[in-house]
Formats: sequence, structure tokens, C-alpha cells
Amino acid sequence: MTTTNSVLKPRRSPVLTAVMALYLVYTLLPLAWLLISATKTQQDLLSTSGLAPGGTFALFDNIGQTFTHDDGIFLRWLGNTLLYVVLGAGGATVLATAAGYGLAKYRFRGRRAVFAVLLGAIAIPGTALAVPTFLMFSNLGLTNTPWAIIIPSLVSPFGLYLVWTYATEAVPDELLEAARIDGAGEVRIFLTVTLRLLLPGVVTVALFAVVSTWNNYFLPLIMLSEPDWYPLTVGLNQWSAQASGVGAQPIYHLVVTGSLITIVPLVIAFLLLQRFWQSGLTAGSVKQ
Amino acid sequence: MTSISPPVQPRSVRSVRRGRGSRVEGRGWLFVAPFLVVFALVFLAPIAYAVWLSLFREQVFFGGTEFVGLDNYAAVLGDGKFWESFLRVLVFLVVQVPVMLGLALVAALAIDSARLHAAGLFRIVIFLPYAVPGVVAALMWGFIYGDHFGLAADLNEWLGRKVVEPLSGDWILASIGNIVTWEFVGYNMLILYSALKVVPHDLYEAAAIDGAGALRTVVSVKLPAIRGALMIATIFSIIGSFQLFNEPNILRSLAPNAISTFYTPNMYAYNLSFGGQQYDYSATVAIVMGVITAVIAYVVQLRGSRKGA
Repeated sequence: MTTTNSVLKPRRSPVLTAVMALYLVYTLLPLAWLLISATKTQQDLLSTSGLAPGGTFALFDNIGQTFTHDDGIFLRWLGNTLLYVVLGAGGATVLATAAGYGLAKYRFRGRRAVFAVLLGAIAIPGTALAVPTFLMFSNLGLTNTPWAIIIPSLVSPFGLYLVWTYATEAVPDELLEAARIDGAGEVRIFLTVTLRLLLPGVVTVALFAVVSTWNNYFLPLIMLSEPDWYPLTVGLNQWSAQASGVGAQPIYHLVVTGSLITIVPLVIAFLLLQRFWQSGLTAGSVKQ
Repeated sequence: MTSISPPVQPRSVRSVRRGRGSRVEGRGWLFVAPFLVVFALVFLAPIAYAVWLSLFREQVFFGGTEFVGLDNYAAVLGDGKFWESFLRVLVFLVVQVPVMLGLALVAALAIDSARLHAAGLFRIVIFLPYAVPGVVAALMWGFIYGDHFGLAADLNEWLGRKVVEPLSGDWILASIGNIVTWEFVGYNMLILYSALKVVPHDLYEAAAIDGAGALRTVVSVKLPAIRGALMIATIFSIIGSFQLFNEPNILRSLAPNAISTFYTPNMYAYNLSFGGQQYDYSATVAIVMGVITAVIAYVVQLRGSRKGA
């Protein structure tokens, strides 16, 4: 084997694989703990070792209890989370896609200024805005309503940047020109020609927007005081605080099982859409 | 090559389109405007409002507010609690960010190297924690750290004495660092890996012909090629460290003695508002942190792009 070959087509290394496998164990350990713990009764949870199975297999019992505890409030939280994700992340994807495309393919006046403002926005800590946003929304009477969560979720500067770079690569100007010569309007071109080409980029943006909305904690924590509007994240933490607070009502098994249920949909989404988001991200990094 | 720059179009294409005049090009606003309207509402308006608030102070006895100019800023800059929390996230940043990005870089290079068995499995599993909500990650690790039914308790029992105490005052910052590292190594790995994947292969060939080994290729070809991605990952991580809130806030119910109400600047701002109703002062803390973060992120980007030029 020549040197050239060993660099371009190297042999697989068991040592490197073993070292990386250690990291894999670290990554999976807490998830394995969560999965095992979700199969235990409250009693087993407290009495048996963390990674050992409990005396009884209580996973389905736990899931049932999670959904029925406190008049089924968990189901309500799940529904709220879905509402925020569909409207918030969905809206964020639509806005970022249109704006990213507009910035990539039209050379209008003020385009540079838009870029400068967005760059500044990325550098501002999102949570630094939380208190003033809360006060503003409070004056507008929007706190304690779903709008307080949905409206701020609509803006994703990172998503816009991703579509922008993606559209520059994926949408040929010649194609747009041809469509214009055929007499198609700009919106129609966007809907019929561009969207199809942008799909991997759009799926990537959507997926990341879904994750950030699904996982949102700080914003709902300050905006909502009414448990009926909580998303899963805030609700779970409230259960956890109940379990360890004064006069605690021990519902650790529900916190554990609820955590597992919260993770599962996103993990499935990432696994199923792997092909899309990996190509979307790669194209996004061409320009870096 | 700068890390963040607007994509450029080839000149030939541009000159062809210029002939069509600005009517078509002006339509770009149609696509950008909806985003900008919401952006103005949830980004620009709160910033302006925070600046406005920071110039006033609540009257404790009489109610209402009084214009105090820059007094709040002077107060924040002389506030021991603020600086204590700031130094804490600074220490966190200096230790945790290099560890996290180092692990992410090693993972990305290993997966990209084609020397790994089952590389696809490694890529997806290492990325998986990113899909776990920060709240669930903190709850999960909090239980694992805990004395009730955690792995830390199991370990101590096995060793026969209390060796690991992740929730004690001495350990807690490292324990939080571990949670954040666990959550975000995969995300950063993916950014770096995506950049590695588009490095032109003839660069490797050229390096191989010059007799460069694997390590040499990494140092002189791969690392320079992904400098932009490294810069973005670094800036995002710096911003993330300064914003630290979820993990310490959630662990606080498990370790109330180790985590104060002003453990991080963000927790301080939050507790000033929602524990103390000091909205004006809280807004000032947020602005000061925002300015510090933006300046540091800007300096890092400037240094990075100068080196890359």
C-alpha cells in the first residue's frame, strides 16, 4: 500500500473505534439509566441500584399513571407543547425560508443593512431579552396565553442564515430567469420552482426549530403562571419540585417516565429524517 | 475567508440580471418583510424597552418610578453579586468550552477519518443528546448525581465511603459543566463534521503526495479548512456559557445550599425580576451582560477572521 492510499483510503482502526466507544458509553449511560428507571416502581427506584432492573416491570403502569396523575394534566402539557411546536416552529420555518430566499436571490437596496442587523441579533443573548419581553407582553395582555410562547418562537436568525446559504447554492439564477421569461410572478416562482429545490435545507431548519420550541424552558417559565398552559418542560420541572419540596408528594417515578416520554418523539424525528438534515447542514457549511 | 459573510453570487450572473432593472430585485422585500416585522417585535422592541427601563428606578415607598439616568449602570458595575456571578460563568467558559469543543473536534475528525468502524452509528448516537431537552437532561443528571437513587450513591456505597458528591458546593460547577458538555458535544461535532465533509479531496491528495501523514494532514489541511466552522462553534458556545440558566436553576431544587439565587448573571436577572420585582435593575443587568457577550463574540470573530485571511 502506498502512502497516497493510506491517507485517502485508510484502514479501519480498532484502537480509534475502542476509544470512541468509550465516549459512546458516556453518551448513552444517562439515557440507559432513564430507560431502566422508567420501568421501576417508585419503591424499586429508591431501593435498587441505578442500572439494575427492579423487582417488577412497571413501565406500562408508570406510563398510565403519568397520563392520569392530577386529572391528566400531563396530556394537556403534551398538547400544549404540540401546539407551540406546530405554530411556533412551523411559522419560524416559513418566515426563515421566505426571508433566506429573498436575501439570497434578490439584490434589493438595504440588503447589507439587513445582514448587519441579523448578525448583531445572533450575538445578543436570547435570555437577556426575556425580562423586557415579559414586561412588554404583560403590558399587551399577552402573558399567560399561548401567544406569549408562539410569537417569540417565530424568529430564527440561525434558520434564516442556513436557508440563505443553502438557497445561494441550490437555486440556479438561470432557472428563475427562465421562469420569469415564461411570465411567472415572483411568488409563484417561489412556490412552484424554488421550494422543491430548497427542501433539504427547509427540513433542516424545521427540525432545529422544532427542537428549540419543544425544548423551550426559560420563556414559558417566565411567561406562564397558569399550569394549564405549561409545556412539558415546565410541567416536568414543577413535578420534580413537588417531589423534593417541603411536604413532598413523592412522584419521582412520574418525573422519570414523563422525561422519557418527552424525549422519544424528538429522537424518532431525528432518526427518521437523518438523510435530510445531514445534507441540509453540509450544504449550509459550504460558505464557511 | 471570514466565518460569517453573506453568500456571494458570481459576477457574470449579476451583470445579466442588472439589465432587468430594480423592479424584480425590489420584490426581495416581499419575502424578507414578514420575517423582519416579527423580528422587530421580538428582538428590537425588547432591546429598546430594556434600555428605556434601565434609566428608571422603582420607588420603594411611594410606588411609581423615577428617572435616574445612568445610576442603575453604576450600581450594576459596583454590585458584588453581579461580579461574583460573572466570574463564575467566566471560569465555567474558560474550562468547559475548550473541553467540549476539544471532544467535539476529536469526534468529528475520527468520524471523518474513515478509520472508524460503524462511523454512522457514532455520528447519530453522539448527536442524540442534542434532542434531549435541557430540562430533562438536568433532571436526569440531577437524579444520577443525587443520594436518593442515583449512580453517585451506588458508587459511594460500592466504595464504602462518600467519594463523589456531585451536588456539594465544591463539585457543583463541574457537575453543571458535565451536563452542558454531555448535551452539546454532539451539536458541535455536527457543525465541524459538516465543514470537514466539504473540504475538497484534492487537498488531501496533494498533502499525501507531499508525504504528509494522517496527523500532519489534520494539522495543516483539515484544521485550517474548517476554521470558519470552529469560529461559529466557539462563538455560540461563548454566548451559551454567558446565558447559563436552565441547568443551575433546575439543580437548585436538589442542591439549594450549593446554588445561590445569583449563581449566574442570568439567574440573578431572573430572580431580581420574579423574586424581587426589581424590573429596572434586572433589565440593566441583562443589558450589561448582553453588551459584554456581544463585545467578546465580536472580538473572537475579528481575531478568527484576521488569522484566516
